[in-house]
Amino acid sequence: MIPFHYARANDVADAVRMISADPAAKFIAGGTNLVDLMKENVERPSRLIDISRLPLDTIEPTADGGLRIGALVPNSDLAYHPLVEQRYPLLASAILAGASAQLRNMASTGGNLLQRTRCAYFYDTVTPCNKREPGSGCSAIGGINRIHAILGTSENCIATHPSDMCVALAALDARVRVTGPAGERAMAFDDFHRLPGDTPQTDTNLLPDEIVTAIELPALGFADNYSYLKIRDRLSYAFALVSIAAALELEGGAIKQARLALGGVAHKPWRNTAAEAALRGQRADQASFSRAADILLRDAKGYEHNAFKIELARRGIIRTLTQAAQATPQSQYDKKIR
Amino acid sequence: MAQRGAAQRSNDPVPLPGKIPISLVVNGVETALKVAPWTTLLDALRDNLELTGTKKGCDHGQCGACTVLVDGRRVNSCLTLAVMKDGARVTTVEGLATKDALHPLQQAFIDHDAFQCGYCTPGQLCSAAGLIAEGNAKTPDQIRELMSGNLCRCGAYPNIVAAIQQAMGTNS
Repeated sequence: MIPFHYARANDVADAVRMISADPAAKFIAGGTNLVDLMKENVERPSRLIDISRLPLDTIEPTADGGLRIGALVPNSDLAYHPLVEQRYPLLASAILAGASAQLRNMASTGGNLLQRTRCAYFYDTVTPCNKREPGSGCSAIGGINRIHAILGTSENCIATHPSDMCVALAALDARVRVTGPAGERAMAFDDFHRLPGDTPQTDTNLLPDEIVTAIELPALGFADNYSYLKIRDRLSYAFALVSIAAALELEGGAIKQARLALGGVAHKPWRNTAAEAALRGQRADQASFSRAADILLRDAKGYEHNAFKIELARRGIIRTLTQAAQATPQSQYDKKIR
Repeated sequence: MAQRGAAQRSNDPVPLPGKIPISLVVNGVETALKVAPWTTLLDALRDNLELTGTKKGCDHGQCGACTVLVDGRRVNSCLTLAVMKDGARVTTVEGLATKDALHPLQQAFIDHDAFQCGYCTPGQLCSAAGLIAEGNAKTPDQIRELMSGNLCRCGAYPNIVAAIQQAMGTNS
């Protein structure tokens, strides 16, 4: 780690003032990703602004029947919160599919959104990487790209967003509340992360002087018919090759509402509303699920080592939607995929 | 040595931030120390306080050898900046046993031969103590999953699970 200054923010306004005053500063909360990247010299902030003691650590029901999750709620507290377990079990399941118990104890809700890609070339400071060093080139496109993206890629970057939690938040239609010098605003979850395009160095639409303060979930939690299936190279404590969040609202044998989002396949949690629309009004059966998978993966593009992800995702989508329809969600303990 | 380091430095040396005084309650003992902003809790424990029971494995949050309890919760001390934990209670492997008796987990690890080289063991013990306090593991599958942040390259996993099961019985 290169030397840096340290300061503690006293409140949200103080944090925004401090980050506005020093463009090379960074906020730190759990630190699980940032400290690691600083040890690798990938992140080199001039100053860390410690926001970990700000009062953003509560989970509260909202007036419209939803839930407001403070940005500093640790991932483990969120996963095991009674209201999340009861009303948003898809979110609880996705969180428990990620990282380790220690890391979930440390990592914050806001930080989970802002974690950076696990592309090995992004971490390796001696190789070109457009995300780390804009304009230097992408080493992954012609390199070892087994873990990389198949959707929404650009000729500049095929990195993936590594979060599990965010895949569930995308499926649940969450909103992100942020505060900047001009005040507070809310973003749809789908608008928070961005595709790489010509500027893969920018992961999100959060402005440099803004801070995430909360995540809001709408009332509809799909607690009866949901599943989060994560497929990876080892059974635990590994990033997804492909992960699928599926949620259904059923009426008789028909699908009234559907949500479908994927992780490990794109620069952002990949929610596809066209695939969801194709499921609405259909029978909850394999034919419907297969059609939705084909729509979601219509523009998927494989590279030398990751083309297998397209078929893996297709089968995973069908399996996860089946688990959701049958109300037999994937267990994150017993790893057998049924 | 008067010229030490001069050749590597530019004409405008970056002023280094001074060390910051913090206090930690380490294994029940109120402890004052001064740390640089970039000193991890792991390095503070090992280098400043000479508590070398906590091990540095990967130093990147991937192996769990550095696991300690901070305010009762298990964390990776290698990814924790000490300065951020000013005022916290820290329990390391040195703090598990009482004066007269091993912690039930320590005894269970001996009973079940739950290690070979022992390098991961302090992290396994602190992680298992956190696991038991959290109360979310009931079955062997759940123990395995919730201990997956602690790697054992000797492969003592079946014995570690058995030891934790024994300690959970002892503790409950």
